[in-house]
Amino acid sequence: MALVGRALLILGLAVAVYGIGASIYGARSGRSEFVDSGRRSVYAIAGLMAFAFAILVAAFLRSDFSYDIVASGSSTTTPTVYKAAAVWSTQQGSLLLWILLLSLWSSLALFLTRRRVREIAPYATAVLLGFCAFFTTLTVFFANPFATTSQPPSEGAGLDPLLRHTTMMIHPPMLYSGYTLLAVPFAFALGALITGRLNSEWIQVTRRFALAAWLCLGIGILLGARWSYTELGWGGYWAWDPVENAALMPWLLVTAFIHSIMIQEKRGMLKVWNVSLILGTGTMAIVGTFLVRSGILSSIHAFVSDPTLNVSFVLLIAVMVFSSIGLVIKRRDALRSEAQLDSLLSREAVFIFQNLLLVALTVVIFWVTFFPLISEAITGTEVSVGPPAFRPFVVPLALIIVLLSGIGPIIAWRRVTLAKLRRSFVFPVVATLIALLVLLLEVGVGHGFALAMFCCGTFVVAAVGQEFWRGVSARRAIAHEPAPVALVSLVRRNRRRYGGYIVHAGVAIALVGVAASTSFQHSRYATLSPGQSAKIDGYTIRYVKPTATASAQKISLGAVLAVSQGGHPVTTLHTSYGLYPSLDPSLGEIGRFFNGSDESRIGLKTGLTRDIWTVVDPSLAPLQGQINRDDASFARAMALVARMPAATQAKVLAPSSPLWTLRNQRILQLAAQYVEHPWAATFLLIVSPLVMWLWIGAMIVVLGALIALWPGSRPARRRFRSAEYSSPRPGSTGLPPYAPPVPGAAAAPAQQPVAYATSPPGQPAVPAREPA
Amino acid sequence: MYFLIVLGVLFVLVAFLSAPLRRQRASPPTDSTEIANLDAARDAKYREIRDAELDHQTGKLSDEDYEAIDQTLRAEAIEILRALDHAHGRTPATIEQR
Repeated sequence: MALVGRALLILGLAVAVYGIGASIYGARSGRSEFVDSGRRSVYAIAGLMAFAFAILVAAFLRSDFSYDIVASGSSTTTPTVYKAAAVWSTQQGSLLLWILLLSLWSSLALFLTRRRVREIAPYATAVLLGFCAFFTTLTVFFANPFATTSQPPSEGAGLDPLLRHTTMMIHPPMLYSGYTLLAVPFAFALGALITGRLNSEWIQVTRRFALAAWLCLGIGILLGARWSYTELGWGGYWAWDPVENAALMPWLLVTAFIHSIMIQEKRGMLKVWNVSLILGTGTMAIVGTFLVRSGILSSIHAFVSDPTLNVSFVLLIAVMVFSSIGLVIKRRDALRSEAQLDSLLSREAVFIFQNLLLVALTVVIFWVTFFPLISEAITGTEVSVGPPAFRPFVVPLALIIVLLSGIGPIIAWRRVTLAKLRRSFVFPVVATLIALLVLLLEVGVGHGFALAMFCCGTFVVAAVGQEFWRGVSARRAIAHEPAPVALVSLVRRNRRRYGGYIVHAGVAIALVGVAASTSFQHSRYATLSPGQSAKIDGYTIRYVKPTATASAQKISLGAVLAVSQGGHPVTTLHTSYGLYPSLDPSLGEIGRFFNGSDESRIGLKTGLTRDIWTVVDPSLAPLQGQINRDDASFARAMALVARMPAATQAKVLAPSSPLWTLRNQRILQLAAQYVEHPWAATFLLIVSPLVMWLWIGAMIVVLGALIALWPGSRPARRRFRSAEYSSPRPGSTGLPPYAPPVPGAAAAPAQQPVAYATSPPGQPAVPAREPA
Repeated sequence: MYFLIVLGVLFVLVAFLSAPLRRQRASPPTDSTEIANLDAARDAKYREIRDAELDHQTGKLSDEDYEAIDQTLRAEAIEILRALDHAHGRTPATIEQR
């Protein structure tokens, strides 16, 4: 089936090239049948890539080592659940996943817009197919997932132990979904620039895809952080690693975009900004993919790298950058704003300021991330940068952005009077001052960043809470509903607004968790023998006993730790260090079991107020002598076997031969020795406050984003349409009826609303006033 | 066997991609772009009217500000509706007749 898979890739490339031509020809000649055929090319590529991907997954599931990437990324002992996920642990498989997701999301976007944006869509189709063609070219010519060998090994190298983690099954597809979803607004923005159709229509069409990209990237980042916290054995969740930053940068830019497009939708402003922002975001998504795939910057998250792809990616990025800049310059006249900012005291102004800060934050992260490369290019020596290089810039910017995420919801669009502003600010400011007072009493004046973030977080949560309270109160006053019903109605009827508010609160809560866990963390290394204890942040942690399990697949050396506080038991932690055998025979038949890949299983007691985290680093030194002696014995035995006749050799080396049973027994004995002897082990002990709130906040963010993303229900849409066609109902909301325009306002005869309001379907009226 | 699978896929592909080309050529669609743009502008304006109303109901806008903004927005909406009528080839007289 490898041949079929390869043929599918080649067909995919051919279809992409055909689709680009058909779409552009159809758009330029006005022949819609070619446009339709071009759109069908995207659907066809989705089908081809799904078929190809299924072939690859099947090869992994049946451990078909004739496929090169199965041999290098899986093994017969890899758990079945991880075999399927092992597909995207390889360079070739991950590129195929990229094309599959890109074609699926593109198909969805083009299907939903098949009767809309008719002028823009063919060019967007061509751009999306251009991405498909690029990545398919990589898989056809440079990173073939269907490369096979005529002499397959009997066993594969296995999946990297660090990737044998539940979140790793979802993390890459989520990140890739985010990156590929960003291609949709990017493509439609380019289409809008090419056709000159630069009003808000392309934004309305692609807004949901931008939001979905934001959500997928966010979930991907979150899962990566969780994996780092529970798998990597260093006790943190964010290291400002290049691969982490590669996902964060487009996420920050798309955050800015989904805010600023509201201003274009409402006011016709920021057209240049929005189109530039999404073009930059789309380019940054490709830069992110490049960073992960190329290995040009060293990363703890990069498991595969292939410098042969560098030139191709750099060319693609250059084409994206220069075509974007060229088109924006060409259309600069059509991109002029239709309106101006009414007041600096308005939500638009807050959004613009927030946008500038988000872009500044991205620029800072980009600069520091790529500084080692830039430095190497200029000075010839590579320098390494770590978290301290980011903090001086990121922390103040992040604080202001969080604060603005609280100010935005409580300030109105267009303009607001100072009196109203004061009224809106009273509760959040009072709540913030109370929080500040409590914090000063509890933790003192130190840890300025944490205190500032706590205060900003309190402000945001209070502001969002106030908005919900006011919204529910307004709804109750108008519709006379009980509070829970009013809350549901309010959110259901204003999903974008209240979904967004929930996201703001979630982000604030998550960042409070980040601030607390980084500023008030206690961490230490302790080398303990069984029975010995170490103290950390008021906790006593006692090394109770060592543990060990061993098999031909994995040796696990661990420890049981008892945690107590003030003499009272708190919890028991189990941590272990896993060793996976190497396939390198030069390491010795026993030694290779102790010198292969490794992983850490952390001991974690998680709670709302603090996490107690530990990981063991067992010393193998006491076992090394015995391992060497066993290796020597096995080497002598193998030398004897080598002198035997071929038939006897085959019998002695058969998988069920006593030789391997003996080897496995020796490994078990070594593991037993580790348990029986009171050898010291080194532990990393960490007590971090409020880490749980990072995950809780993140889940709130996801909830809010899903609410904002969820399409309106059919009855709700019917109500909206019915409102469009109905006559205004003065007083229906208890508000003053519609009044004719005041002198000097944008003139429209007072009678006209009535004329339009009574117009039949097909000629909608100005919406009647309705409850919130 | 594998050759037949690829051939089958190729056949399906050609049939699927060429289906629109094999259909009788449809008359070029009427220029609906302007209407689509106006529809989008109208929907955005409606949302803005509702947002302003919600801002007023939740106490973020004073009565005076709300009245001024609401009137401006409705006037802008009417301009869009008027343009939509024009794009559809309708006049106030025909609307009144209906």
